[in-house]
Amino acid sequence: MNSFLFEPLSETWRIVSSEFPFAIWETLYATVLSTALAIILGLPLGILLVAGEEDGVLPLPKWLLQALNVIINILRSVPFIILMILVIPLTRLLVGKAYGTMASVVPLVIAAFPFIARLVESSLREVDPNLIEMARSMGATPFQIITKVMLRESVPSLISNCTIAITTILGYTAMSGAVGGGGLGKLAITYGYNRYMYGVMAVAVILLVVMVQLFQMIGTKTATRSDMRKR
Amino acid sequence: MITLEGLSKTFRTADGTVEALKNVSLTVNDGDIYGIIGMSGAGKSTLVRCINLLERPTEGTIRIDGQDLCALSENELRSVRREISMIFQSFNLLAQRNCLKNICFPLELAGVKKKEAEARAHELLEFVGLPDKADSYPSQLSGGQKQRVAIARALATDPKVLLCDEATSALDPKTTHDILQLLRDLHSKLGLTIIIITHQMSVVEEICSRVAILDNGSVVEEGPVETVFSAPKSDAAKRLVFPDGYEALPYVSGSEKRLRIVFRGASTTSTPLIAQMAMEKGILASILAASIKTISDKEYGSMVLEVPDKASLDAALSYLSGTPDIVAEEVVSNE
Repeated sequence: MNSFLFEPLSETWRIVSSEFPFAIWETLYATVLSTALAIILGLPLGILLVAGEEDGVLPLPKWLLQALNVIINILRSVPFIILMILVIPLTRLLVGKAYGTMASVVPLVIAAFPFIARLVESSLREVDPNLIEMARSMGATPFQIITKVMLRESVPSLISNCTIAITTILGYTAMSGAVGGGGLGKLAITYGYNRYMYGVMAVAVILLVVMVQLFQMIGTKTATRSDMRKR
Repeated sequence: MITLEGLSKTFRTADGTVEALKNVSLTVNDGDIYGIIGMSGAGKSTLVRCINLLERPTEGTIRIDGQDLCALSENELRSVRREISMIFQSFNLLAQRNCLKNICFPLELAGVKKKEAEARAHELLEFVGLPDKADSYPSQLSGGQKQRVAIARALATDPKVLLCDEATSALDPKTTHDILQLLRDLHSKLGLTIIIITHQMSVVEEICSRVAILDNGSVVEEGPVETVFSAPKSDAAKRLVFPDGYEALPYVSGSEKRLRIVFRGASTTSTPLIAQMAMEKGILASILAASIKTISDKEYGSMVLEVPDKASLDAALSYLSGTPDIVAEEVVSNE
């Protein structure tokens, strides 16, 4: 018979006050760093997916475009918890160890960059093809079309999608607690799952919810503010 | 001078090939306002996109001042494109840039310094009559204002040629008129060659000096606007020029005949010709359709008459053909 047993409140408070500040920092740090690195990889990849098409501004060989698509699909279809285990050798190579917050950044980036590439792809596809034709008619180079038309015109959509990415990655950091990553997820699992301290787990979950809300609010506001279409 | 020679364009689609252009040859002289008119699907947009090579023709050559565009490298082509500006039906302004930055866009592409570009953009806003809209975003403008900004943007790089792709098709008649006035204005002030693609007869009548009629991918008629519009030869031209609606009227007795009269010049449009014909020759004609247009400041009228029989038709034709500046011909029934 399994029942919810809450530890005494004083015990909850002891753990929350001593361990949570650092856990929050670890979660934020893993989320922001992985998102940033994933954008560095995913943004150019997303651009290539759109610009590299046959009638795009920078057509790529068909086999290359197909290869990129297949790789992205494979990476996107591996469940994150399994991906973390699969990439352990790579993590060891890059970070030197396979546990800890820094180590969790490696699988986080590998899971997030194909996702971001797809988000960037969908943002760029929203750009009116007439605008690209206009730029071509004015003698724009492919690079100018990508930076000054495709990326610039989709900034609001890119910000919205970046918000989706960062909240998803925040969820992944919590999951990484299961296999040695640090942060709020690790506390929720070690205290809530392993020691039946549901109070601590509840606090960890509430904090994660608050963080997602905050990111989403800031993202939505920034996206709307940056959009000059509805003024 | 722009010379198109033997231009053909074939598109490959899922269900076979589509011939958008068939052996099109045209010459546009410097300083012309040249109209290319046709129904939708006639190949107008493909044709205009061939002129700056946004679309590569399957066959044929495009020469601008003797230079063969198809032989240029991508780099050379980009600099030629700065001399051939284009405006569009949907304006194609960048929504995330204000008007000033939109006008700066082609200058930015060409690597002009920001300060210089902005000074030029202010000048151009003044020229198109929107000096106070520099900081406005396209979403805050009306259709006519958007097209004015697009025109200013098109002029930024000092082009020699301006291509207008259905530039007034999304605008109401009053705004269309204003935009055409602006085009006429910059034609006379800057000596620009303007090529206007449209399906609107009124646009060609209002500002073009020469016109080509495109039908099903081929040029079926070409020449000065007055000539083409006062004596259209091809079916496509007649469909565009003459008033319609009378075709649907049934022949009642079966013996009646129809004829079309074209008047050229104000002296003929103000003569009570039909009344005179009735009084002098006793020909009783009923008017089925009529219209008067002003083309290049001259009045042109056309009229479709019905007479009771073959004898009155012949009499009317011989009477009318004796009158100066009038062309009359029988309209053969489609039935």
